Amino acid sequence: MPDSILRVLACGSVDDGKSTLIGRLLFECGAVPEDVLTVLERDSRRFGTVESGPDYALLVDGLSAEREQGVTIDVAYRYFETPRRRFILADAPGHQQYTRNMATGASLADLAILLVDARKGLLAQTRRHAAIAAMLGVRQIVLAVNKMDLVGFDQAVFDRIVTEFEALRESLGRQAARAIPVCARDGDNVVAPSARMDWHRGPTLLAALEQAEGAGAASGPARLPVQWVARPDHTFRGYAGTVAGGVLRPGTMVRNALSRAEARVARIVTADGDLDQAAPGQAVTLVLDREIDASRGDVLAAAPAPEQAEQITASIVWMDETPLFRGRAYLFMLGTRAVVATVTEITSRVDVETLEDEPARELHLNEIGRVSISLSHPVACEPYTASRELGGFILVDRLTRNTVGAGMVTEITSARSPIYWHHLDVDQAARAALKSQRPVVLWFTGLSGAGKSTIANLVEKRLLAQGRHTMTLDGDNVRHGLNRDLGFSEADRVENIRRVAEVSKLFVEAGLIVLVSFISPYRAERMLAREAVGEGEFLEIYVDTPVDECRRRDPKGLYKKADAGVIRNFTGVDAPYEQPLSPEIRLRTLEGTPEVLAEQVFDELRRRGFVQ
Amino acid sequence: MPRPSRPAHLDALEAESIHILREAAAQAERPVMLYSIGKDSSVLLHLALKAFYPARPPFPLLHIDTTWKFREMIAFRDATVAELGLELRVHTNPEGLRQDINPFDHDSITYNRVMKTEALKQALDAGRHDCAIGGARRDEERSRAKERIFSVRGAGHSWEPKLQRPELWRLYNGQLAPGETLRVFPLSNWTELDVWTYILHEGLDVVPLYFAKLRPTVERGGSLIVVDDERMRLRAGERPALRMVRFRSLGCYPLSAAVESESATIEDIVAEMREARVSERAGRLIDFDQDSSMEKKKREGYF
Ligand SMILES: Nc1nc2c(ncn2[C@@H]2O[C@H](COP(=O)(O)OP(=O)(O)O)[C@@H](O)[C@H]2O)c(=O)[nH]1
Repeated sequence: MPDSILRVLACGSVDDGKSTLIGRLLFECGAVPEDVLTVLERDSRRFGTVESGPDYALLVDGLSAEREQGVTIDVAYRYFETPRRRFILADAPGHQQYTRNMATGASLADLAILLVDARKGLLAQTRRHAAIAAMLGVRQIVLAVNKMDLVGFDQAVFDRIVTEFEALRESLGRQAARAIPVCARDGDNVVAPSARMDWHRGPTLLAALEQAEGAGAASGPARLPVQWVARPDHTFRGYAGTVAGGVLRPGTMVRNALSRAEARVARIVTADGDLDQAAPGQAVTLVLDREIDASRGDVLAAAPAPEQAEQITASIVWMDETPLFRGRAYLFMLGTRAVVATVTEITSRVDVETLEDEPARELHLNEIGRVSISLSHPVACEPYTASRELGGFILVDRLTRNTVGAGMVTEITSARSPIYWHHLDVDQAARAALKSQRPVVLWFTGLSGAGKSTIANLVEKRLLAQGRHTMTLDGDNVRHGLNRDLGFSEADRVENIRRVAEVSKLFVEAGLIVLVSFISPYRAERMLAREAVGEGEFLEIYVDTPVDECRRRDPKGLYKKADAGVIRNFTGVDAPYEQPLSPEIRLRTLEGTPEVLAEQVFDELRRRGFVQ
Repeated sequence: MPRPSRPAHLDALEAESIHILREAAAQAERPVMLYSIGKDSSVLLHLALKAFYPARPPFPLLHIDTTWKFREMIAFRDATVAELGLELRVHTNPEGLRQDINPFDHDSITYNRVMKTEALKQALDAGRHDCAIGGARRDEERSRAKERIFSVRGAGHSWEPKLQRPELWRLYNGQLAPGETLRVFPLSNWTELDVWTYILHEGLDVVPLYFAKLRPTVERGGSLIVVDDERMRLRAGERPALRMVRFRSLGCYPLSAAVESESATIEDIVAEMREARVSERAGRLIDFDQDSSMEKKKREGYF
């Protein structure tokens, strides 16, 4: 089964002739019906770039906007087949801002066609494409040297490019490779051997695709990430999933990689009857010989089971307009599991032209970097080089829900060991009990000059008057000490909040009521703080003052400086403030004095049982 | 066990589709499967039965009934759900009915918008479905080639080609922001020939309209239109003539064109497909009404 479909990625720089080549392959494999050819002829006259005859490139340029601009803007999938094999071809566009699409197309590809223009040879762009393909684990490359007609079908030109390519391949990890001289426009060496290049001894492009190796055969120990638990009635309990490695058979001993519970495979159920074995790519339902605790997100694995990673290092392709910052939390999806992950360190950015690592604090759209990630819960995973299925993951923004990054596990740096946290006899509850109080974080957020510190101060005084034990963390003060090394860039603001959240958590563990007054302009960071502290012990208090009012008050003269451009990245002036969507408390400062507003906070604390 | 002669790549496609169906069911809160009665729906439904076996598919079926479907399609639909004991919901746009929006008095763009696109939105909103599973394939039309398998629709079910999420490995991001919904296409990587070959090997039933038969037809603008019932309005000088025809694609009857064919069995159809010289959508008149019409319809929320 794995061999029956070959997944191919086609990449090339703009105008190298990629669309022409693909259109030709489709046409010659009979994948283009007659009425489509009629439309093609009509379109060729309207948009085509070829002087006479159909422009095959138009067969594959999909959306109308891009057809008119004459560029491809996204990954498109094409299907064709020969009597030997079925092909799924991912067509990824060339321009450099679309690294994202290349990575997408490469993620499942068995083979990459790297297209170059014979007149230009390998470009920076070509190196970038080869590097991304290698990074995503594409094991075979076909170098198609196109437009050979424009260099007089000269073998010397071809040989020079092949020599250059060999050097590149050497530096990338030596995938299996083949080079073919073609003329896509006329079809030479695409499907039929070219009489004009009889010096070429190797196969045509299509023959090379037919001979290539398909998806990895079953290797390594068996793995099944559980997608869904089938429980039609109380007599049947089956774990449904797609085999991600190895071979499963009735009798195979598997364990839940996360809980370590063990059982034997009793049956491999499918709607077409039970199987006596299941190989990678097969969708099956396992029945085990005894009941173990397993659900979606778990991995049933033969020994040696994957590690339960808590911290990993990874390569990341960043895919979003908003850059990746250290300290920000994302949803992490791997296999069938989803947990929260925090990028704790951006080690470097990879320059894909030179393949050198360079220092970086942020990762921008279409950049590739190396990072360390800390996971909120253990995840059964493996290095990407060992398993695409259990080593490839995506990062999802928790507010927009978009896929913002694709990652490949390089190393598991910390795994859950059988020894858990050191059990502490004196814990948060004990410390809080001594103070006869329930600890909580009161997180005041709002613009500079909104009144956060004033109100927090009044609340703290009232708490003290009641005999409560408190602690205050104030933005300005913390920046003089703990966070002295941080500035006001977006990345530094994220780190600033991360540290404050961790410190608040320590104070909560000490049993204190913590008052934090921080502008904390980003929703994602406030969410992170909330999670670090824990639901139920975190109250977000939005001190809601319109920016014009803050500017009018301007107690520290900061707005004046920001408006004059003396201070940069000032929230509300030239840096954004993301309003809380559902804060526990919202204080409209235009509608009450600080004393009234402090009372409002106090009432809410009473209502929630934090004070009497 | 699958029949030995089944092409191996169909095993791979089947497994991939089952994986996608399971992901959709596991990630969505209130999924629904769109059932449009055609050959793709037959395959999709069959795959859903396999994906959750021995349990039932954990979602109901939804049919958007324009009231202009061929009678044989409705009969087939009802027989199928009765036989399988599945839950089917049928929805027609009541506003469209009230205004008598029909394919004779209204242009096909208006008709499709009101009776299909609007009707679908109404049904999804009413059922509070966050995920609709459909049988569209990427090989159907050029703009579909870039459609994601998990395709996010914004508020109002609109599709923005530039906002689609990158889709890597077998990881499907079904997370939704407020107001967003999901369309899931498990047959994305299937071609029309795959669909027929699979129907053949799995022994699936399809609507008899796919098989060649003598049917009363009229010729309009180079297309053959089958006269299905008395609602068909004949133009001056038109006289239905019996022709040996079948359908490659089923829609609403005055808008779906038939092709002349002798293929009376699934084997014949597969053989005919192998020689196919015309794409299946050529028979659906709605695609010719504007250049890039499918892309436009999708932006508005068409499936
Ligand atoms: N002379 C020559 N021109 C070609 C060949 N292949 C493609 N072209 C032309 O190169 C231009 C760019 O081709 P296209 O396929 O659109 O490139 P893409 O941007 O890589 O998809 C078009 O004008 C093609 O007609 C070839 O083999 N020889």
